[in-house]
Amino acid sequence: MPSLGADMESGTLLEWHVKPGDVVHRGDIVARVDTEKAEIEVEIFHDGVVEELLVTPGTKVPVGTPLARLRAAEGAVVAPAARPEAPAPPPRAVTAPPPAPPPPAAAAAPLALRRLRVSPVARRIAEERGIDLAGITGTGPDGAITRADVERAAAAPVTAAAPAAPAALVASVTAPAAPAPPAPTLAPAAARAAERARAMRRTIGAAMARSKREIPHYYLSMRLDLSHALRWLEAENARRPAPQRILPAALLLRATALALREVPELNGFFRDDAFQPSEAVHLGVAVALRPAGLVAPALHDADRLSLDALMAALRDLVQRARSGVLRSSELGEATITVTSLGDTGADLVYGVIHPPQVAMVGFGRVHEEPWAENGGVGARPVVTASLAADHRASDGHRGGLFLAALARLLLHPEAL
Amino acid sequence: MSAPAAAARVRSSYRAALREALRDALQRDPRVFLMGEDVGRYGGCFAVSKGLLEEFGPERVRDTPLSEVAFVGAGIGAALGGMRPIVEIMTVNFSLLALDQVLNTAAALCHMSGGQFSVPLVIRMTTGAGRQLAAQHSHSLEGWYAHIPGIKVLAPATLEDARGMLWTALEDPNPVLLFEHGALYPVEGELAADAGPVEINRAALRRRGRDVTLIAYGGTLAKALTAADVLATSGVEAEVVDLRTLRPLDSETVLESVVRTHRAVIVDEGWRSGGLSAEISARIVEGAFYELDAPVARVCSAEVPMPYAKHLEDAALPRVETIVAEALRLVGAGRA
Repeated sequence: MPSLGADMESGTLLEWHVKPGDVVHRGDIVARVDTEKAEIEVEIFHDGVVEELLVTPGTKVPVGTPLARLRAAEGAVVAPAARPEAPAPPPRAVTAPPPAPPPPAAAAAPLALRRLRVSPVARRIAEERGIDLAGITGTGPDGAITRADVERAAAAPVTAAAPAAPAALVASVTAPAAPAPPAPTLAPAAARAAERARAMRRTIGAAMARSKREIPHYYLSMRLDLSHALRWLEAENARRPAPQRILPAALLLRATALALREVPELNGFFRDDAFQPSEAVHLGVAVALRPAGLVAPALHDADRLSLDALMAALRDLVQRARSGVLRSSELGEATITVTSLGDTGADLVYGVIHPPQVAMVGFGRVHEEPWAENGGVGARPVVTASLAADHRASDGHRGGLFLAALARLLLHPEAL
Repeated sequence: MSAPAAAARVRSSYRAALREALRDALQRDPRVFLMGEDVGRYGGCFAVSKGLLEEFGPERVRDTPLSEVAFVGAGIGAALGGMRPIVEIMTVNFSLLALDQVLNTAAALCHMSGGQFSVPLVIRMTTGAGRQLAAQHSHSLEGWYAHIPGIKVLAPATLEDARGMLWTALEDPNPVLLFEHGALYPVEGELAADAGPVEINRAALRRRGRDVTLIAYGGTLAKALTAADVLATSGVEAEVVDLRTLRPLDSETVLESVVRTHRAVIVDEGWRSGGLSAEISARIVEGAFYELDAPVARVCSAEVPMPYAKHLEDAALPRVETIVAEALRLVGAGRA
């Protein structure tokens, strides 16, 4: 089970897209997984032949649990056959077979794995009775889940104990193989949606609370003149058929990605008491979900995509984020997050950095403002770009240079 | 329970019960004698042996010079020679002068002689604070002695145990140390008229409860029981375990209780670091980890030499309020 987000502790396997004997290649989508945030398509990171599926659909397993065994194309077994005998494998088992997120430092360590505080006896009882601890609110010391909390959850009607599985799936999913929760009569769809919404709020809350607790933020903002950029874009779009038109958002993302190359201190992760810059620029694009909630899947290598490719990728990403099907590599790999709240009318974003990232870039609404230049005043389309950055990784001077680079790049849209 | 003879109870005190135990032992066995600083003509520094010199004579109630190493050594020799000596050391702080005799001789001889020599010696001493006797008379070092294989360490906390532990200790073929908490001497209570020897192998459940186990001994037992009363007013039922014997520890009774309550607060007048409370905590985690519903908590003395000033001494010692607060913290908001 790959870590599909710094705060993910377990996931429910929904569906296999492969079966034993299938030949798979790096990047193929092999399974679909439900996290607390969304359904994710799991990509495989090795070429090979599927030897055995180790987890049945419908089963919830901790991050790090091997999902399948893969034989390398040449014949060597890639993943150890060892299925973890203990129910709780080490959460960062990087040796885990197919979808273990391998690439650089980025995804290897799901460092926000704050272990759920559960008293030993509560954990034992929950295991014996197949109760999902994730949905239980602890009332013990330091908010730990106690025996009483588990027993209350066990006594409560399904909502608490039933794994949060989307309605469409429950029908096709085989019964969980494990000692099994007391065959939950299916909670009504509304209750499940509510449970999912609560889970998402919890997840967001945990990450943001950690951010505010640990990250010494500093904030900078700058008004950017978009007249050149929008004029160029208008002309460009006029020549294109509707499906290939480019949105201003793509331009802003492209400029952000290029500006980050100039100020690499904003792009990467703060881990183990040190900033680890990232070579690649994976922009986390904050997408608001309806009716509520938020995901920020990664737009990979945004600095190396042409504007057209970036636009296509963005369109695809937003659409899939809203329909709830993201890929494993899109979660947890973003090296910085960009959020745009312009469509709400907000002028300025004071971002909260998503740990372990070290910066968040925000864009407000684009609107006409008086703009003084060369002794004259005119009306120009303006956007306020803001930067929230981690003072452990960079200082205001570098942050200012980033915003200045952004402004400069947007003055020459044709070069983007 | 219903036997009329057993029902007869008399007023007594911890001090009087200890004295009665000494008198009983001196009467029962001619090999028994008492020696120590001021135990004879002065009647004992804490008046435990008052009147015994007059009753049993200077052969059996002997004042010694101020040399712990000498008279503990003499006690060991007498025990090897077939006597059943009771040696009184004024306070546990002074016993350190005789630590060599206890550790290197009394505790080791049986092992070093391949079982040929045993040392049936009983050493009594005062421990603990609460009487403004400052940093050289007030420490609780019984945990140090509980570290030593080859001896037993007892800590009577009740009148019954003050009355009953001595004879059982004298019957043991190996050295037994009895720690009398100084603050307990004047404590009064009722004691069965026919109170006599008690067993010394088991801890005792002094109060039943289902929410949390308070583990105490000697001078802290009364505090734990008071804390349990206070906790009861907020609906928390505390179980109170009196360890009674600090070596060998009766882990079984402690673990059985923790298995019932799933939470433990250890109350120890000794210092926390490397102390007896650490040992008990470790045993709970070793033996009942999967039964714990909260971390083990400890209420110990502040890690300072015991202050003289009354308010500082009070602040340095385990207090009822602290025990209550720790218990409530473990029980949490959603108690079961």
